[in-house]
Amino acid sequence: MVNDNIVNCEHVWREISNYLEDDVDASFRSRMDEHFQTCSACRSLLEGTRNVIQLYSDERMIEVPSGFGSRLQHRLAQSRRAPGRSWSPWSAWLVPLAALLLITGGVRIASSRTVPQPLLSAHAQPARNIPPDMVVVVSADAKQFHVPGCEFIHNKERERTLTAKEAVDQGYVPCVRCLRKYLQTASAGRTSLEMEATSEPDIAGPKQDGGE
Amino acid sequence: MAEANVVVNNSVQAGTSHELELIDRVQRGENSLFYELVRPYERRVFAAAMAILRNESDAEDVAQEAMLKALRAIRQFRADARFSTWLIQITVNEALMRRRKDRNGVMEAIDDRRDEESDYAPRDFADWREIPSEALERKEVRQRLAQALASLDRKYREVFVLRDMEQLNIQETADALGISIASVKTRLLRARLMLRDLLAAGWEQGWFSRLPFEKGTKPW
Repeated sequence: MVNDNIVNCEHVWREISNYLEDDVDASFRSRMDEHFQTCSACRSLLEGTRNVIQLYSDERMIEVPSGFGSRLQHRLAQSRRAPGRSWSPWSAWLVPLAALLLITGGVRIASSRTVPQPLLSAHAQPARNIPPDMVVVVSADAKQFHVPGCEFIHNKERERTLTAKEAVDQGYVPCVRCLRKYLQTASAGRTSLEMEATSEPDIAGPKQDGGE
Repeated sequence: MAEANVVVNNSVQAGTSHELELIDRVQRGENSLFYELVRPYERRVFAAAMAILRNESDAEDVAQEAMLKALRAIRQFRADARFSTWLIQITVNEALMRRRKDRNGVMEAIDDRRDEESDYAPRDFADWREIPSEALERKEVRQRLAQALASLDRKYREVFVLRDMEQLNIQETADALGISIASVKTRLLRARLMLRDLLAAGWEQGWFSRLPFEKGTKPW
């Protein structure tokens, strides 16, 4: 980043946040340290920035509305009583059953195609620069993979967790909502609205739970 | 200067054995224990939703929805991640969805396109060495800090809250907001420097230093 040996104040301003993250290389760090020895303005900047981080990281900075905790507790309890939402102990049987379905399905896919799989959707844009070990979610009959908890997961009862690399290898593409930044066109100058518009048929794919 | 890491690496430690046991039991179907599991993080979950939505009742609703989602998805949680991080990421995702739904995404697209690479030059070099943490006992100080944070542009505020208040790391912050690591770093630098500028001015005016318990005496 900085090739010459002189570190000036502007270099410090640019790197001070990385310095506090311990995210500058050792030689640059020691040159910054030297600069702090001689420049009181930058030293004061460093102390001030560190103070900012320290103050805001304090739990006391977070204020919640009064009664927040008890309302949350109430809502969680309500959801347990609501029919259809609760997980009674025997529903644990569904998990191995779903796993079995997914495994047999997975074996079928694996035996019929070679890795990497062709994309499952004709409209799809392949993933770009996605961290391979990122934990993502897919559901059995959908084409996209998602961040856990994404609202646009179809058929949530049959979702499974895997790594982004596994999902890509199996032909899934990133969800255009929750993983938009990993789409190939994300930085190619199209607006997000255009992107959503062209991807719409894909999202609408299998309608809710009626897709099976 | 070697103590620099101490400040930023004060993140929440990995799950305690009690927490891991609770997770295990909830995963096996003891849903009534879920509140006990999330209780230590409920404030942070609210703060994450609030940073994105800036409206208390929306933030509370989203925080509750996120907790319900986390409960439904608890079996997907893997013990190699921090439970708090997982919760916050679900919350941020839920809050972003809510905002997109409410505003139809138009505002963000324009806002995020603005140049953020230009260098930021600090304005104020007031000597701001020590901030006794007792300063936070004063409501006035907390309000000043909250106001300063609220005055930041959305993109700076969100990154700052997730990294410095919620203690996500840079990669987790990038994942949660759906932006690049480079953007997180640039925005974080800007946010920290802008807050320092805003607050250093206050320091000069003395509202930090008028501490109630300074030197063991009360001013009243």
